[in-house]
Amino acid sequence: MNSFLAPLRSFFTSLTLTVVLLALSLVLVFAATLDQVNLGIWAVQQKYFHSLFVLAKVGDIPVPVFPGGYLIGGLLLINLVAAHFYRFKLTWRKAGIQLTHLGFILLLVGELMSGLWQESYTMRIVEGQTINYSEHERDFELALIDTTDPKVDEVTAIPEALLRPDETIQSPRLPFRVVTRLHYPNAALARRSADSTAPATHPATAGIGPQVALTPLPVTYKDSERNLPAVCVELQSASGSLGTWLVSPYLDTPQSLQHEGKKWTLELRPKRAYKQFALKLHEVRHDVYPGTEIPKNFSSRVQLTTPDGGEDREVLIYMNNPLRYAGLTFYQHQMDAGKKTTGLLVVRNPSWQLPYISCALMTVGLTAQFLLHLAGFIRRRRATPAAA
Amino acid sequence: MKKLISVLLVLTGLALVANALRPARNPGEFDVVGFGRLPVLANGRIKPLDTIARSALLQFQGKQAVVTPDGRKPVPIEWLLDVCFRPDLADGYQVFEIVNPDVLALFELQASAGRDNKRFAFAQLTPKIAELEKQARMASQVESAVRTPFQSATVQLYGNLVHYQRLKYTLISSGRNNFLNELLALQDKLPAGIAAVRAKQAGQPHDEAAVNAMFEQGERFDTMARTANILVIPPPPGGPAEAWRTVGEALLETFRTGQVSPHALAYAGLAGAWQSRNAAQFNKIIELYRNGLEQRFASQLDKSGTEARFNQADPFTVSMYLYVLALLVAVTSWLIWPEALGRAAFALTGLAWTVATVGIATRMWLEGRPPVTNLYSSALFIGWGSVALCLALEYFFRNAIATAAAGVVGFATLIIAHHLSLGGDTLEMMRAVLDSNFWLATHVVVVTAGYSATFLAGFLAIIYVLRGTLTRSLDARTADSLTRMVYGIICFATLFSFTGTVLGGIWADQSWGRFWGWDPKENGALMIVIWNALILHARWDGLIRQRGLMNLAIGGNIITAWSWFGTNMLGVGLHSYGFTDAAFMALITFVVSQLAIIAVGSLPLTRWRSFAPKP
Repeated sequence: MNSFLAPLRSFFTSLTLTVVLLALSLVLVFAATLDQVNLGIWAVQQKYFHSLFVLAKVGDIPVPVFPGGYLIGGLLLINLVAAHFYRFKLTWRKAGIQLTHLGFILLLVGELMSGLWQESYTMRIVEGQTINYSEHERDFELALIDTTDPKVDEVTAIPEALLRPDETIQSPRLPFRVVTRLHYPNAALARRSADSTAPATHPATAGIGPQVALTPLPVTYKDSERNLPAVCVELQSASGSLGTWLVSPYLDTPQSLQHEGKKWTLELRPKRAYKQFALKLHEVRHDVYPGTEIPKNFSSRVQLTTPDGGEDREVLIYMNNPLRYAGLTFYQHQMDAGKKTTGLLVVRNPSWQLPYISCALMTVGLTAQFLLHLAGFIRRRRATPAAA
Repeated sequence: MKKLISVLLVLTGLALVANALRPARNPGEFDVVGFGRLPVLANGRIKPLDTIARSALLQFQGKQAVVTPDGRKPVPIEWLLDVCFRPDLADGYQVFEIVNPDVLALFELQASAGRDNKRFAFAQLTPKIAELEKQARMASQVESAVRTPFQSATVQLYGNLVHYQRLKYTLISSGRNNFLNELLALQDKLPAGIAAVRAKQAGQPHDEAAVNAMFEQGERFDTMARTANILVIPPPPGGPAEAWRTVGEALLETFRTGQVSPHALAYAGLAGAWQSRNAAQFNKIIELYRNGLEQRFASQLDKSGTEARFNQADPFTVSMYLYVLALLVAVTSWLIWPEALGRAAFALTGLAWTVATVGIATRMWLEGRPPVTNLYSSALFIGWGSVALCLALEYFFRNAIATAAAGVVGFATLIIAHHLSLGGDTLEMMRAVLDSNFWLATHVVVVTAGYSATFLAGFLAIIYVLRGTLTRSLDARTADSLTRMVYGIICFATLFSFTGTVLGGIWADQSWGRFWGWDPKENGALMIVIWNALILHARWDGLIRQRGLMNLAIGGNIITAWSWFGTNMLGVGLHSYGFTDAAFMALITFVVSQLAIIAVGSLPLTRWRSFAPKP
């Protein structure tokens, strides 16, 4: 047993491993930075950091060419924890380094948790409007809403990820099956005249579909652009098909249909997260320095309310000053003062305190270590005569 | 003897400083210095006309010196006076730098037609300006990071020409030779003129000539208001403090109030005095105008006066000269008179650092901000921090090595800063997300200090390698000192770059909702922390000793240069400020030079002159 474990243990606790891992992480970070020009920040994060291996395409096969963030980070974590267990003794002289490493462990763990669990949504509000949901930045959903009752809307939302061609979705909430006939991750829509003889670019037969021409687009990775998907779904009830419908975020108004005495609407919209509270936008301000276009301040004045009346207060959200409420943080993210619209970034990150704690620990540890060395250095200098 | 020489050297340094501290003197009879101190509001900040003149010249041609066709050498503020009040003359001064051959071809000009083969006058460029505008418009539709040199050059030159035209309409209506009389006449004839306009609008009989005169003046003022972007006229009494206006806007008010703004009249009067070369009248108007401003704008006058004095003292150029002198003396001290010259070099470095400190402190006071607010000030601060560390090191080691390093780093960072200042006014306003003095004072200062330390370790290592391979002077004691210096500085660098990066993460969490976003600048800072940590861990593991430590420290220069400048050039991410070909070439050259030194440092130790077995 020992002869098997011993070389394993010495590998994982070795300082050389640390140096090698640090060197690898340097190369990884540099490569990722350069690739950002092509892929944009989100895709680079997935490819280089939130992965075990960095994959490159050889022909059609993805081949691992370099260890990824999870692998290097994970090994560093194991290396650090193992070295602490087997080598470090609790002495004052090493206290600084140990504190530093403890803090670093927390940092890695915190970043791992963030990578897995942090979600960010946006809230786009026009002045005077009240919104009680936030929208996901990237994901979309097919929303089928039963609007028969004038007082209540019943929403059934199907994530875009489930809408793959020839996939069928059947739910007890819906009186029809949803069969996906077509799915483009990014597409452009254009108006098509009624008597056009050009061949149909999609199988939609009902709603606004026949009046629209569909063009698939390549998926974009630029941070400044968004992918807007287009999906064609056929609704099949027990008594026959209700037609094939084209849905896309480009379409401003939901399309409606009637079935067995009930009224339905359907639309493809950004994935929503409904909240237990609402925000109403009173005013957006975009101040510039006098005589220039340089932005001085972006701020949104909102009213925070809950349906049970427990909260009803005015809040000012501006740069470097977010609103923290209900486990969420609201940041001033974007603004179109001309259209009187504000875009707030809503972030839920349960592990948000970890980086703060770990950085405090590491700073204290490094400072202690540094001061210790400096004191020793000065003492030694005083003991030896000064260089001529 | 050696004492005398070292005292003389220090006195030379002090003389340089004293020279810079002399108050500005008028080159002729006109009180142009007084004119230069007048405050205006431009780019969101109140500044003296002197700054406007100097930054315009730096932007157009990279230097402040002007030579007229008849051999005169006007100071920047005199040049601005000619641009505003004698544009026909100013159009003949060769101040626009053009080096791109395709742009020269566009203007059908030979390089030899320009002063120093690269500076051209507005008059030489007028025939083909329309063509330039067309090319610049096409080029500006291309993303700036991917423009060809020709496209970048056209956009830049066109921007400069637009800026120049705007300056012409800043104080008076350009080209009007008797603007003052025009304004006074306007005021007299105003009631009659307005009556004539009303009569015409009501369809009544009216004086057509008066109406035409009104509209003509109105249009002229409108052109001024739309063209100029420097706000020269102070806010009216009782108005908000930021309500400065252009002269054009103030003059348009005349039609409403019946009175011509006295500030506009003052500038028109100055124009007349300058045009008719009447120095006494010019100086009198300046005096009266300043007295008039004293009442409500005393603090603005004070600040612009200080800034004008600061411009003229140019502390960073003085510092640069002192650093070079210190470097030369320090290197000489390695060869002869080590104690005397070493002390002289230390004193000169200390003097240079003090001058730089005063310069940075003045900038902080003028802007009301912590020391690092843009790329230019980061260069100043990196130099300041490194030299401070060097002074501390020299205090302990006393072998003139840290002083030499201080000379190199101080000089290099000030040269870099000078090149960064060519984009315009360096005391610029902070964009909204950066508008937080707390984070500017903490994150930016600490991370910049981390950069300084990493660079310093690298330059000390370069001294080790060069002295060791090329000379016999790297004895055991010197090698040992250098090793401990480099090691100590790297520890400092690790602490500061790490803390600074962390502070940046916290700032980002407060502003953008995430602690770490893998932004290129964040990655660059992370790479510096990783590199420094790698050096320390490799040393503790015994993987490297003296030579390895030095080579890796030089590698740190490459990583820091990438993080400081390279990340800005990618054109992506939240920290992307700009790309220029010249900067890219400079970066590549620097990286290659560092790699070359590492290669030299990697030679077998027996090949090092200092370690070669003695015959």
